[in-house]
Amino acid sequence: MSTLAELAVKMASGDVKVVDLTHTLDPDFPVIILPPEFGQCARFRMEQISAYDHRGPAWKWNNIHLSEHTGTHFDAPAHWISGRDLPRNAVDSIPPEDFVGPVCVIDCSAGAAADEDFELTPEVIDAWEAKHGQISAGSWVLMRTDWSKRRGAEYLNMREDGPHSPGPTPDGIRFLVEKRDIRGFGVETVGTDAGQGSHYVPPFPAHYILHGAGKYGLQCLANLDQLPPTGAMLLAAPLKIKDGTGSPLRVLALVEGI
Amino acid sequence: MTTPLTPPPKKDPQKRTVSPTRPPEMRSRAALGLTAAAADGRFQLQQCAECGKVQYPPRDACAGCLSPDLPWTDVSPAGELIAETTVRTSTKLYFRERTPWRAGSVKLDAGPTIIAHVHGDVARGARVSLLNRLDRSGQGVLLAVPLERTPDMEDDPQMRALSSDPKHRRVLITDAKNPNAPALAEALAAAGSPIIFVAEPEAWLPYPGRERLLAVPGVEILPMDVTDTASVQKLAGEIGGKVDILINNARFVRPGGVLARGDTTFAREEMEVNYLGLMRLAQSFGPGMCSRTADGVNSAAAWVNILSVNALATTPDYGCFAASNAAAFSLSQSLRAEYRSSGLRVMNVFVGPTEDDWHQPLPPPKVLPEGLAKDVLRGLKEGLEDVYSGDVAKDLYERYRRDPKVLEREITMGNEGA
Repeated sequence: MSTLAELAVKMASGDVKVVDLTHTLDPDFPVIILPPEFGQCARFRMEQISAYDHRGPAWKWNNIHLSEHTGTHFDAPAHWISGRDLPRNAVDSIPPEDFVGPVCVIDCSAGAAADEDFELTPEVIDAWEAKHGQISAGSWVLMRTDWSKRRGAEYLNMREDGPHSPGPTPDGIRFLVEKRDIRGFGVETVGTDAGQGSHYVPPFPAHYILHGAGKYGLQCLANLDQLPPTGAMLLAAPLKIKDGTGSPLRVLALVEGI
Repeated sequence: MTTPLTPPPKKDPQKRTVSPTRPPEMRSRAALGLTAAAADGRFQLQQCAECGKVQYPPRDACAGCLSPDLPWTDVSPAGELIAETTVRTSTKLYFRERTPWRAGSVKLDAGPTIIAHVHGDVARGARVSLLNRLDRSGQGVLLAVPLERTPDMEDDPQMRALSSDPKHRRVLITDAKNPNAPALAEALAAAGSPIIFVAEPEAWLPYPGRERLLAVPGVEILPMDVTDTASVQKLAGEIGGKVDILINNARFVRPGGVLARGDTTFAREEMEVNYLGLMRLAQSFGPGMCSRTADGVNSAAAWVNILSVNALATTPDYGCFAASNAAAFSLSQSLRAEYRSSGLRVMNVFVGPTEDDWHQPLPPPKVLPEGLAKDVLRGLKEGLEDVYSGDVAKDLYERYRRDPKVLEREITMGNEGA
């Protein structure tokens, strides 16, 4: 039996499960907040065109309005100034094989529960590798914090000195990019960087280092607690937007034997 | 003595809501001058420019010298009630439902004798002052009131019918996050509003002022964002039948004209909030409010928009914001016409620069939230259509009345271009 035929059988039997890592696109789902004099990320909005009524008797449909970076979304290298001159740096030009790949999940949920500014450092990654083996090149690395279970104001966790949420340190993300050559980095929070990430050098190190190296980002993921540390396959294909710097998307994981 | 209004009992769920009726609307073009004066709270009559005779009723030629030059002029509203009667039935449905209704003749010190509505506290033969107020058809009518205030005089049924008084009325403020929301809520509570719904957009983002809002008696914070149609429909579905006065204070403002901005991103937000937000609110809350304008003591009475006075004439420093307010102003005029058959009043409160983050670089005078709230309350109590809040707005409006073109040049000149 071919690999794909075998996969089909295992999916039908439930040996391989599909886990949805996506939040619902909801008008009230938080987006990243920048200082108000800067342009802002559009919230998700939906306007009915018709609903089996005088505006269209037999059909219902909606217009939607949102940012490339609203809800569960993909960041392309072109999103950041460090990646602006790279080849194939936009969602429409990224090779499609990059959208499917193996995934490692680093569980930082205990640390994030104890410290809302929890940092993913090389030491944390070392400890994970000691247990689960070295992260192989081309892997997605997801930082599990259980942040997706937070609701309302707790999610952005905005204070007068800015948001507080976990994320990688510059050395942490540098290690993943330079030593492990990962495919991309994903988080449950609103950005790949920590809430206080603007105070690192370089500011927003995940964005700066990932995208400068042509790597991808995934934000606002959910259900990471349903993934094994290794062995799952991630399907994360953004919309094919011309010169798009990112895209809302449905992120799915194939998980075997749970 | 006026019998003070008591809080209305809970509505009998078996009783049909009374359909709105209204007093006669038709007026001659000349008589609309009275309406125009009432709209922003002035007492004016025509006065002949040639012989000085004060005229009433409004006409096209002077009753003294036949001159057609009869400008509307501020005159003294003082006079004497020389005759009075109480109407006990009427062929007009609106009055028939509201009898007994007092009417009388007032000899104004300024000259003419005028048949007017008469407040219950006016004694026979007493000195009176005439108020020029809008009735439920939106036309200017005259009400004789005592020269001195009497206790609870606003509760007189004939006077209350000419106002949008928030006493015993439930209010919706559409944006909890606007810095003026706490001051508005406090002023409404002080004026006797028992429930003040305050809509809160994006509860996931904290803001200053929430604690102060919650401390106001009667305040209920509920989720709604005027840019999110579904959220507006949802809140209207829940509380639409209990909103007697809607105050739309939602506003998105950023500085900059067309070229300073270079893109349409902020402009789009301005239109979403300032223009389409108003439209969404009107489409969701308007029909319910229009059906409840005769619903007893806590009937629906007024729809309030807080607009930039630069809706009338732009300032390029805030040119795109002003354009969104001009759109909202135009929409409010359509809304006013659409609501008029129900008797629901649209009141626009025009304001100059406000004391907030986005007007911080501008010099004073700027309108404080408390000042704005005071003007909103005055407008509601006097049943106005147009309120100019603060010196900048008043001054700009006066210049606008004199000559819009001169005003445009005055505001916009002085920039040395390339």
